[in-house]
Amino acid sequence: MNFVAPDFVPVLPELFVLALACLVLVVDVFLEQRQRHITYGLAQLTLLGAALLTLLTYAQAPVTTMFGHYVKDAMGDLLKLFVYLSTAIGFLYSRDYLRQRDLFKGEYYVLGLFGVLGMMVMVSAHSLLSVYLGLELLSLSLYALVATDRDSPVSSEAAMKYFVLGSLASGMLLYGISMIYGATGGVDLQMVADAVSRQGSDNLVLVFGLVFLMVGLSFKLGAVPFHMWLPDVYQGAPTSVTLYIGSAPKLAAFALIMRVLVDGLGSLQGDWQQMLIILAALSMALGNLVAIVQTNIKRMLAYSTISHVGFLLLGILAGTPEGYAAAMFYAIVYVLMAVGAFGLIIMLSRTGFEAENIDDFKGLNDRNPWLAFLMMVVMMSMAGIPFMAGFYAKWVVLQAVVDVGLVWLAILGVVFSVIGAFYYLRVVKCLYFDKPEQSAPIELSRDTEIVISANGLLLVVLGLYPTALMSWCATALLS
Amino acid sequence: MLSELPLLSLVVWFPILGGVAVLFVGDENPGRAKALALTVTILSLLISIPLYSSFDPTTAAMQFQEFIPWIPALNANYHLGVDGFSMPLILLTAFMTLLVVIAGWEVVQYRIAQYMAAFLIMEGLMIGVFAALDAILFYVFFEAMLIPMFLIIGIWGGPRRVYATLKFFLYTFLGSVFMLIALIYMYNQAGSFEILDFHKLPLSLTEQVLIFFAFMLGFAVKVPMWPVHTWLPDAHVEAPTGGSVILAAITLKIGGYGFLRFALPITPDAAGMLDWLVITMSLVAVVYIGLVALIQQDMKKLIAYSSIAHMGFVTLGFFIVFGIYRHTGSLSGAVMGIEGGMVQMVSHGFISGALFLCVGVLYDRMHSRQIKDYGGVVNTMPVFAAFMVLFGMANAGLPGTSGFIGEFLVILSSFKASFWIAFLAATTLILGAAYTLWLVKRVIFGDIGNSHVAELKDVNTREIIMLSLLAAAVLLLGLWPDPLTSVMHASVDNLVQHVTVSKL
Repeated sequence: MNFVAPDFVPVLPELFVLALACLVLVVDVFLEQRQRHITYGLAQLTLLGAALLTLLTYAQAPVTTMFGHYVKDAMGDLLKLFVYLSTAIGFLYSRDYLRQRDLFKGEYYVLGLFGVLGMMVMVSAHSLLSVYLGLELLSLSLYALVATDRDSPVSSEAAMKYFVLGSLASGMLLYGISMIYGATGGVDLQMVADAVSRQGSDNLVLVFGLVFLMVGLSFKLGAVPFHMWLPDVYQGAPTSVTLYIGSAPKLAAFALIMRVLVDGLGSLQGDWQQMLIILAALSMALGNLVAIVQTNIKRMLAYSTISHVGFLLLGILAGTPEGYAAAMFYAIVYVLMAVGAFGLIIMLSRTGFEAENIDDFKGLNDRNPWLAFLMMVVMMSMAGIPFMAGFYAKWVVLQAVVDVGLVWLAILGVVFSVIGAFYYLRVVKCLYFDKPEQSAPIELSRDTEIVISANGLLLVVLGLYPTALMSWCATALLS
Repeated sequence: MLSELPLLSLVVWFPILGGVAVLFVGDENPGRAKALALTVTILSLLISIPLYSSFDPTTAAMQFQEFIPWIPALNANYHLGVDGFSMPLILLTAFMTLLVVIAGWEVVQYRIAQYMAAFLIMEGLMIGVFAALDAILFYVFFEAMLIPMFLIIGIWGGPRRVYATLKFFLYTFLGSVFMLIALIYMYNQAGSFEILDFHKLPLSLTEQVLIFFAFMLGFAVKVPMWPVHTWLPDAHVEAPTGGSVILAAITLKIGGYGFLRFALPITPDAAGMLDWLVITMSLVAVVYIGLVALIQQDMKKLIAYSSIAHMGFVTLGFFIVFGIYRHTGSLSGAVMGIEGGMVQMVSHGFISGALFLCVGVLYDRMHSRQIKDYGGVVNTMPVFAAFMVLFGMANAGLPGTSGFIGEFLVILSSFKASFWIAFLAATTLILGAAYTLWLVKRVIFGDIGNSHVAELKDVNTREIIMLSLLAAAVLLLGLWPDPLTSVMHASVDNLVQHVTVSKL
């Protein structure tokens, strides 16, 4: 048997990130603490380089490589670009925060970059094995990242919880994969798809495999009832890590579902649609209801994430190209909002003070009107009020479910988004209606200020003119 | 040359951009911020005048149309245009915002630039609601409006402002999200979000009923109709004067306008079948809310309840159409009902705005809205008392003021449908007079109530300008309503013909 070297060109960005991540690891060892900004710069450079490589090789038509385990297509490339973007923004926002807390270490960036690599693999996976590989690479990086603040008992507890529950979920996923392998005789998604369309959904092993797979995926996404880890991890992790977990991995999770459920098990749509309806309805309900009683803003945003995941699933479960495009648009807009929200929380923190509670936002309009405005934009966008990008995201997913006749689900969605509006408004209330409880000036470095402004304004610009991004998503999915 | 300008876009976006500019001037330069805000509102009013002067009153077609593809994937377009319903309301918006800016001139001390900017942005969004011909564009403006108003009540409001503003926001938001679902549903049938396409869309009765209720939820909250009116007294009482004026004068009208633009023409059969429901709700508003207004101790609350009662007339006028048509088979009476409702909307915009400004004038001096804290104001503020009496009379529907025309037309047309509806509606002439005149009597007339009233200073030039503008409007519309009614004849005829043809 001859060994034929696979085509490496489609995986150039992945190879680049891998090489640079290793380089960062090595270089960092030789740096002193005061030179740590070199690590930071290298990490940003890696992301920039990967973005350039991805753009240069932007896929017009899907190409599979690595013996069918890997695919490079427009959807993957688009999502990867946003993974780099949100990670880079996250690195920037958290730089000063980490420095003030003695967490400004090479590990943060190395783990972050390996997480990015894991996400890239997930996004481009074309077999159940590469899906698993990417997912584990991401998860292991995340477990370690949550525990970076070793001396904090909350962080350690969160990391432990995340690790134990995450391993359980990985086990479920693997078990599901093995069943599907048993039923179809392959792990390559194309082979799986062919086999499934031949057999139909009568094969009980296949449906069982799907159920286990679904449990694993829902856990990673944080969909109810597999969401238990999410609030604890969001709250326990240092805010910079929460920012990381809360943003780019959602894009990867979206891709994961698209790959596995749509590309691989598309013929079982009737089965997984039912499951997703339950997951989506429960996530929207529980996420929005429980968020109302939170006083810790990180925990509140964790529950808000759960509800957003429910909305995102609405687009996928519609099972139409418009629905997938809607879900993708939702995922991207959500990531932009999440980065902004956690970024603003980070900016309110300073040496010796951790902004964690909603009350810490009190009177921000008096302290810094511009940041207060940006926070309001992010909150209103999350609530889905027009002239913010979040409205269009909600609208297109609702449109997708109404299209397929699930009007009741759309009504459920809007009712819970009204309930959800309450807790976002409560934050706005703190920003504008309350008097400040502290007067310490908010110091931002120039680049952070520019990027957070661009971040917030982007949500408004997308709110005025969402067409470009929407059609980009639609064309990426069609190719 | 004038017709080539994108006039409507200008009227919508100029105040919004002006508001952003005011924000950038910032609270550090209150004088410049105020001057800029005033300039922007005056200019917005001026650029909206060609909408009236170049308006063609002979056609019901949309005028000043602008059409730019916006979200092609979903066939949503940036489509603006006005007809006889929306054009007067746009002018009303521009006019009232100018007054609000004048009213806030010396009174608002805290964050004046943000205050002015919020109202300017609000103005643009409200005009956008009236001008939008694309349902999604309408919805976007409709919802976006909530943000500035939420902030206005919350930042510059009274002691219970947080409760009031959250209630206002959530009530309206809940009402409107169902409308979004209805719009999406109709898009699936019609293939576009054009409101005019929705008008032609054939729908089965079940669909119509469901869509009608979705619209009802959205617009009845906004109007507000009994029993979903409870946010209004809270919001009015807590809002700063300017906020109350805009709420009463414009945002309530958006509910009424929504009925004309959406509920009636899109679901005529459902509206005809369920007109008894709306008429009942309107009559409850007129009679019961009128009684509630009678016992209020707080001036703003009293005017708020009076607003609900008067808006009951608007919805009554709009929905009496079906009864008249069934009863007489002719359309002419029906036209009168809708026209009455429209006149009532514009007139109520002036009168309620004026009354809230009057309360504001008193509140700025006394810091109390309780009726019992006043008495004999006429002795110290004779000029102000003259204005307040005039607006009170207009609120009670005295002939010669604008308040009379709308109520009279609606009662007259109700007679053609049913004597009892007209009878109940006419009780407003007694109730309205009772609560308004009693308010005027207790506040303005009598002996000087206490030492604070004795020290009151009469209105200054700024306040005189603001109140005279409104007084002129109220009298002009009352004595010579033709400039208003003539521009909407064609649109009203067209609507009445449209709703009496079944879609089934």
